[in-house]
Amino acid sequence: MKIAILGMGSVGRGLLEMIDGKELGLTVTGIADSKSALLDPDGIHIEEVLIAKRERGYCGDKSLSAADVVEQGDYDVLVEVTPTDADSGEPATGFIKTAIGRGKHVVTSNKGPIALHFSTLQSLARKHGVVIRYEATVGGAIPVLHTLEHGLAGNRVLAVYGILNGTSNFILTRMAAEGLTYEQALLEAREMGYAEADPTYDVKGIDAAIKLVILSNTIWKRNVKLSDVTITGIDMLTNDALRLAEEQHCTIRLIAEAIPEKGILRVAPRILPRTHPLVVENTLNAITIDTDMAGEITLIGKGAGSRETASACIGDLLFIKDSHARGN
Amino acid sequence: MKLEMKDSPGQLVAALKPISEVGGNIIAVIHQRDEKAEGDVLGVQIVLELQEQRLGELLSLIKSQGVNVLRLGKERLLYKQTMIMIGHIMHTDLGDTVDRIDCTGFAEVTELTMVMPAINEPSSARLVIKAVNKADMEQALGILRGVAKEKNLLIIEPLEATG
Repeated sequence: MKIAILGMGSVGRGLLEMIDGKELGLTVTGIADSKSALLDPDGIHIEEVLIAKRERGYCGDKSLSAADVVEQGDYDVLVEVTPTDADSGEPATGFIKTAIGRGKHVVTSNKGPIALHFSTLQSLARKHGVVIRYEATVGGAIPVLHTLEHGLAGNRVLAVYGILNGTSNFILTRMAAEGLTYEQALLEAREMGYAEADPTYDVKGIDAAIKLVILSNTIWKRNVKLSDVTITGIDMLTNDALRLAEEQHCTIRLIAEAIPEKGILRVAPRILPRTHPLVVENTLNAITIDTDMAGEITLIGKGAGSRETASACIGDLLFIKDSHARGN
Repeated sequence: MKLEMKDSPGQLVAALKPISEVGGNIIAVIHQRDEKAEGDVLGVQIVLELQEQRLGELLSLIKSQGVNVLRLGKERLLYKQTMIMIGHIMHTDLGDTVDRIDCTGFAEVTELTMVMPAINEPSSARLVIKAVNKADMEQALGILRGVAKEKNLLIIEPLEATG
C-alpha cells in the first residue's frame, strides 16, 4: 500500500524509522516537511531522507511543497502528522479535505482537524468512500479508538474518563512524590523535555479537553466543541493540597470526564484513592470506558513519544490496508 | 436499633416486615445469641436507612408485633465526602463558606484541616462534608461550587462525586 507523509517532526521521523525497519508492506511515495517535499511513485529511500533531514534541516526539493504531495502524489493513504493548530486546524484540514476529495484514505495524529471539523471530515470521507482514522490523537500509543470501535462494538458507552495529558500527570506525580511546588515540578518537566516552553495547553487542561472532545464525538457523535468543556487546569495547585490528599491515602490527578446523561463534559483536578486504576505515574495516560455490557474497561499506556505515536499511526495504516485497501 | 424478641419461629420476620412497610432500607441484620439473654429471648441488631419522620410509625408497628425496641442509635448524615479547597480561604470569610453548607440542614462541614504557608500565599484546606444522602450531597456540592466561584477558590472534588 502506498502512503504519503506530511510532517517530519518527531512523529513523522519516528514513523519513517519504524516503516523502514519493519516489513509492514507500506511504500512511502511522498514526504513533505515545512520547507520542502519529495515524490517518487516507486518508493522513496527512507534512510536517505532521514539523513538529509538531520544534516541540512529539510527533507527534499525546496521547489515542492506539502500541497504538491497531497495534490499530485501517487498514494492510497495520506498520513498527516504535522503539528496541531488547535485554533484553525490549518493547514492540515485543507490537506485532509483535498486527499479525501481525491478518494484517498487519511491517517492523522493532528488533533486540530479532528477536534474542530470531525463531522465535516467524516461525512466528506463517507461521500468519497474512504476512511479517516486518528488513533494517535488521543492517548498516544493506547489503542482507545480501536477498542471503542471494535473490541467494545455493540456496547453502549455510558461514560469515559481518564488522564489524557502526560505533562500534567508528570507534574502532579512529582509534586506528590517529592513535595515539589508546582513551579519546581514544571521546571523539572521542562528539563526532561516533557513540557513545552509555553506549557499553557498542558497545564491549563486545554490539551486534555481537546482529546475529550475527540473521544466524545467519536463515541456519541453529538458534535461537541472545545468551548462546551468546563476546564480547570493544575496551575493553581499547591503542594499542600497534594499533601492533604496523600494524608488520606488519596492523590490528585487531572481527570477528563464525559458523562452525556448527566451533561458532564469537563477537565479538572480531582481527588482519587491512591489505589484507583486511573492513578498512573509520570507521563502515562489512562482511560476508563464505562459500558452497559462490558462494565468498566481501563487502558493504560504511554501518552506521547515518537515511537509510541508511530505505533498508533501504523495501527491505523495496517487496519486500512487489511480492511479497505485490499488489492492495492 | 437493638431489638428484643421471643426466640420462636417467625419472630424475626415479624420484626423486619414493618421496616419495608414504612419505606425503610435494611442495611444489616446482626443476629447473635447473647450470652446474657435469658431463656427464650433473642437480641437482634438492625442497621437501616429511613426517613426521619417515619421513625415513630415504625416503632409502633414493631411494638405491635410484640417486639421490644431496646436501643435506638441515630446517625443522621450517612453520606460523606472529602474535598480540597485552594485559595485565600481565610480572607474570603471561611466562617461564611462553612455556614453556607451548614445552614442547608441536610449537609454539614464536619472536618476542616487547613495549611497556610505564608501571608498572601494561597492556603489549602481539606473539608469533610456529610450529607443525608447522595442527592443532598450533590446539592451541597453545587452550593460549594457557587461559593468557590464567587470567592475565587479552587475546589478539588473526589472523582466519585459524579461517577
